[in-house]
Amino acid sequence: MARITASVYTSHVPAIGAALDLGKTHEPYWQKVFAGYEFSKQWMRENKPDVIFLVYNDHATAFSLDCIPTFAIGTAAQYQPADEGWGPRPVPVVQGHPELASHIAQSVIQDDFDLTIVNRMDVDHGLTVPLSLMCGQPAEWPCPVIPFAVNVVQYPVPSGRRCFNLGRAIRKAVESYDEPLNVQIWGTGGMSHQLQGPRAGLINAEWDNRFLDRLIAEPGELAQVPHIEYVREAGSEGIELVMWLIARGAMSDAAPTVKHRFYHVPASNTAVGHLILENP
Amino acid sequence: MALDKPYLDVPGTTIFDAEQSRKGYWLNQFCMSLMKAPNRERFLADPKAYLDEWPMTQAQKDAVLARDLNRCIAEGGNIYFLAKIGATYGKSFQQMAGSMTGMTEEEYRDMMIRGGRSIEGNRFAGEDGTAQPHRQPQGSAPSTTF
Repeated sequence: MARITASVYTSHVPAIGAALDLGKTHEPYWQKVFAGYEFSKQWMRENKPDVIFLVYNDHATAFSLDCIPTFAIGTAAQYQPADEGWGPRPVPVVQGHPELASHIAQSVIQDDFDLTIVNRMDVDHGLTVPLSLMCGQPAEWPCPVIPFAVNVVQYPVPSGRRCFNLGRAIRKAVESYDEPLNVQIWGTGGMSHQLQGPRAGLINAEWDNRFLDRLIAEPGELAQVPHIEYVREAGSEGIELVMWLIARGAMSDAAPTVKHRFYHVPASNTAVGHLILENP
Repeated sequence: MALDKPYLDVPGTTIFDAEQSRKGYWLNQFCMSLMKAPNRERFLADPKAYLDEWPMTQAQKDAVLARDLNRCIAEGGNIYFLAKIGATYGKSFQQMAGSMTGMTEEEYRDMMIRGGRSIEGNRFAGEDGTAQPHRQPQGSAPSTTF
């Protein structure tokens, strides 16, 4: 059977993608960000999965106000990097895993989570920046990716509790797939940041680090935190962090091994947080 | 019974909820059109004519023409949609976010390098933090436009 072996958590700041694409990685400002991912790239080479289940949010790219799915799973064979207004990122086309994705969709919907099934969409920086951070700049991404988009743009976004329970349903779905695949689940977005209004630029390092502590040690309790605390303490866009709870919920109930932890301020407007957790 | 909106007392912040989304529908959909290069070119060539193709309110069009993101948000815009306007003008997210504070690009960037805006005094309306209404504008930028 398939198995989730590890989870990765990372911010997906678009400026990180731009820094990579424009060759700015050696500038001191960006060095401080990329240094936190040196271990991670080595770890990825040594622990290459068969499939990455990548939880992210679409930033008004594939989903306009025409259609706002709370949870959308990509079941396509491939996904093009999107033109978000600056032109598409020069990164590889993302190959999907339609068989596993369809299996997960069927299982999770039967577990009472109403997923939207998407067979055609472009993927934006929310998905491609984490791949760049973890894999560098390869000619092809190392394995197929299942995009899983969560609405965190139009309020209300799904609660932390619902995200955590959805992660559990995804775990069950993966473990009922016959082929013995090594699956990683990634939760992306955050950490504290606000991109709008006079409060733009908000960072709350103390809250972020407490979030990382609790995500590792007491995720079930962390999942009870209401929306308003994210907005008030971590900024209006800090609410992206609920997506990390999907990945955490998909991990084993036993305590994970913390392989890597990194936190840095700033990347553009945002606090960068990053964890790698392995299942026992 | 009205919906519970516990986020209305967060200073300097507009939550893009269903009500804002209704208000800003055409403004945001106009922004989406800028994801296509030919549309960006047409918009840049004559912004006013391009905007007139959309059933937006005059206040929405004026806010876009003024490149004032605070006004765009007040008219129902959401930053991830509005970012397409900034991108069309070659602006980064940091330039766009900073423009809403009244700080110059350098002032805002330096604030971020120093660790970002402090949460202290910025949790609730009525406190004395930098995001509160009585502290605007925050820097020496000539305007809150990008």
